Amino acid sequence: MPEEITTWFLIGFDALLALTLLGVAWRLLAGGDLFRSVVLFIAFGLLLSLAWVRLSAPDVALAEAAIGAGVTGALLLVALGRLRRLENRFFRREGGNT
Amino acid sequence: MIRRRFTSPLVLLMSLTLAGLLIVVVLDLPPQPGLAAPVADAMDRSGVRHPVTAVLLNFRGYDTFLELAVLMLAVLSIWSLGLRDPIPARPVQGPVLHGTLRHLIPVAVVTGGYLVWVGSSDSGGAFQGGAVLGAAGVMLMLSLPREMPMPSALVQRLGLSLGAFAFLAVGTAGLLTGHGFMGYPPAWAYHLILGIELAASVSIALTLVLLFLGGRSRRVRHGR
Amino acid sequence: MAADVLTPQIYLLCGVLLFVLGLHALVVRRHLLLKILAVNVMGSGVFMVLLGVAAGGEGGVDPVPHALVITGIVVAVSATAVALVLMLRVKAATGLARLPRSGPED
Repeated sequence: MPEEITTWFLIGFDALLALTLLGVAWRLLAGGDLFRSVVLFIAFGLLLSLAWVRLSAPDVALAEAAIGAGVTGALLLVALGRLRRLENRFFRREGGNT
Repeated sequence: MIRRRFTSPLVLLMSLTLAGLLIVVVLDLPPQPGLAAPVADAMDRSGVRHPVTAVLLNFRGYDTFLELAVLMLAVLSIWSLGLRDPIPARPVQGPVLHGTLRHLIPVAVVTGGYLVWVGSSDSGGAFQGGAVLGAAGVMLMLSLPREMPMPSALVQRLGLSLGAFAFLAVGTAGLLTGHGFMGYPPAWAYHLILGIELAASVSIALTLVLLFLGGRSRRVRHGR
Repeated sequence: MAADVLTPQIYLLCGVLLFVLGLHALVVRRHLLLKILAVNVMGSGVFMVLLGVAAGGEGGVDPVPHALVITGIVVAVSATAVALVLMLRVKAATGLARLPRSGPED
């Protein structure tokens, strides 16, 4: 009997994780604030590595946690910062011309 | 105006149709035995005890070699797109930042080295270890008050191509000694795989740091 | 065991939906950063389908798709890095990091 309960608990966890992944992906692709999208994408990577563990792929989970969440997050954040700086530069130039 | 009002529901409809079709296909996949049994049969000749590492570095070594080449190409294409922009934000310097980094970076280096080493018998390997080392490098780059002086262009290029060239050298040696391209003699396989993994993890870590910095530094342009 | 059959099925469904969600956003969104994120979400959906198939096979967990996905993750991050630099070049050249609306209305 307890084994059955554990099984259903795990399936419930899987369903909840799948729904969370879909919800986070939906929100991050909905547009609006870019910074929020990037932060949600980092959270998405961490949730994905949980899903890989549930699919009995610990190697992939390690790679995803280190690369998908860590390095991609840093890449996206620094690109966003550079984008903002370019925006300010353009804004100043436009302001100076008119 | 009219076009915009009609394209959005059309795209939505097509996406929903595609989702429905794919769900039907995926849930209807025939049961298949997969490649688990052939891999398990060949494990005693692979030189390592972890099936994923055996697939990555022995059975499908060609894929991994080409992947290291892809990483090298990514850095080269970023370098060809222009000079490096400085990182947009620099942190406030203080004892907390430096104290944390002094403890965190050695831990990351030890973890990365351990992950490379443990890849032969358990979860881990060159990619995971290299990624942890690369993340430590990114952290170091982010925390410095100014841009860190990078090693000379030659050292950067050598480090970048180390993994791919070590792999290619071992693969060609296998061809010359009659084990086929990317084949290893089984008695030597463990040492060769560990050597390739070490070289590859150094290259991967350096690649990730250079991808993060984006663009070539001035030294690469002038240093021939 | 019900969990052995159902768990891969749940993730197969989730992977397909992530792929379609990413594809839809890739077509609809105009900002280039959102397009890059959409391609990444699509890739994650593909990885999830691959690993779901690997976990649901008859002969136990299949290591070959695991190796494929590890390779894929590293290639995805390098492609993302190149795409981000290209986006910054577009921004520097045109002042916009989004695609223009096509058509005569604006």
